[in-house]
Amino acid sequence: MTIGILALQGAFAAHARALERLGAAPCAAGAHPGGQELFWKYVSRAQDFDGLDGLILPGGESTTMLKLLQEEGCWEQLLAFVQTRPVLGTCAGAILLSREVTHPAQLSLGVLDATIVRNAYGRQVDSSIRQGNWLPAPESAQQLEMVFIRAPQFSRLGTGVRVLAQEGELPVAVQQGQVMAATFHPELSSDLRVHAHFIDLVRSSTPPLTNQSLFSASASTPGCSPGSS
Amino acid sequence: MELNGLRLKTGLAEMLKGGVIMDVTNADQARIAEQAGACAVMALERIPADIRREGGVARMSSIRKIREIMQTVSIPVMAKCRIGHFVEGQILQELGVDYVDESEVLTPADEKHHVDKHAFKVPFVCGARNLGEALRRIAEGAAMIRTKGEAGTGDVVHAVQHIRAIVREMRELTLLGPDELYTRAKELQAPYELVRLVAKEGQLPVPNFSAGGIATPADASLVMQLGAEAVFVGSGIFKSEDPAALARAMVRAVTHFADPQVLLEVSEELGEPMRGISIATLRPEEQLQTRGW
Repeated sequence: MTIGILALQGAFAAHARALERLGAAPCAAGAHPGGQELFWKYVSRAQDFDGLDGLILPGGESTTMLKLLQEEGCWEQLLAFVQTRPVLGTCAGAILLSREVTHPAQLSLGVLDATIVRNAYGRQVDSSIRQGNWLPAPESAQQLEMVFIRAPQFSRLGTGVRVLAQEGELPVAVQQGQVMAATFHPELSSDLRVHAHFIDLVRSSTPPLTNQSLFSASASTPGCSPGSS
Repeated sequence: MELNGLRLKTGLAEMLKGGVIMDVTNADQARIAEQAGACAVMALERIPADIRREGGVARMSSIRKIREIMQTVSIPVMAKCRIGHFVEGQILQELGVDYVDESEVLTPADEKHHVDKHAFKVPFVCGARNLGEALRRIAEGAAMIRTKGEAGTGDVVHAVQHIRAIVREMRELTLLGPDELYTRAKELQAPYELVRLVAKEGQLPVPNFSAGGIATPADASLVMQLGAEAVFVGSGIFKSEDPAALARAMVRAVTHFADPQVLLEVSEELGEPMRGISIATLRPEEQLQTRGW
């Protein structure tokens, strides 16, 4: 199973490190160590989407990523991907996924039924590290560290959107079907519950092997050809 | 608290990786930069090429100008303060810029001391020509290092020299034994703890960007392939024939810095880059990079 990380600009390397701490190996390493079933790879061109089981849209500048996605001819590919496969967007990635973006308005993929306000906390001097609650496992009293950097805020969530994490009263991580989004940066913390939840989501939505996929899997491991990052 | 502060400061630099930070002098240029895909802008009154030509004392930009740029774009806005001028830093922090560049491009305000950057909430970036200088700046609280290069020349040769020096000196550290690190720290004039950290990790504890004389997409890719994590472009863009086109080409070249096919594409369509000055023809006292201690 391979998780792609959109690597046009921003904190893609930090996501790769987070996935590696959860046992993922880089696809580009060529060799596929036995027993390692989780791989990650960088995605920067349209052909890189082939064979991915899930995708992470990292933090960075959403305007820069939008520009590059359109110039690289990746937009249609990305839109088709996020409509059918699991995706996790953090900060700028959450902005790209939301249906409506304000402050200022900009184009988005629109697969998360939410309105998101860019730079809602203010500028860099207003960035902060806070403690919040991870709701899927409320019995564990341990709070979740949340790194907010020039972060956005959800101002509206659709009825089908489930809140995964809260900071005070604010929803800061959400899920709608196969779409996950966080307004903070779990890739910059040592607590990896957000990434682990996403890996579970990818695992549960990866279709069981059919004859056809068995056939292609025997020809080559999808998405894991040497040097493919 | 201090550790979390540093994580937030380097965290923003993490978000800028793989991007291009462009020097702009007004709202129109800032808009062009943002539309081209810049991940941040540096708000300046004069770009380095003009500072070099016009001479005089170069200070922090006018607040009105920086504020106008902050109101125009949604991407992070940086601004420069003079080396050692902690009050310019205080003013820029109060204004709310996202990063302060304690820059050799401006006329230094202190010939011995740099700003104590730990005392600030706003993150600072500082220039360096080698590992010792980079580690001294990090010890003072810099949350990002950039090569100095030679600003305002359009000649990439010293940006290359500086990134090569930093990368080589880091690699050398990883080969030294524990007893050798003490002596090396003395030679580098850098704190032993930071030297030991770099020896262990093989990289700086803060992001390492490149600046100074980067004028074409090929220049940008060159410093990226040599190990830079993002690129500052100063005079190169707005001293060229078609700034919007060059800005877009720079952004694509940094994203796909290792893909010769993209580099060919973006290089093909370009107009004239800035004419530039060969650094070899500069007198030593004309060099900006020797400022900083």
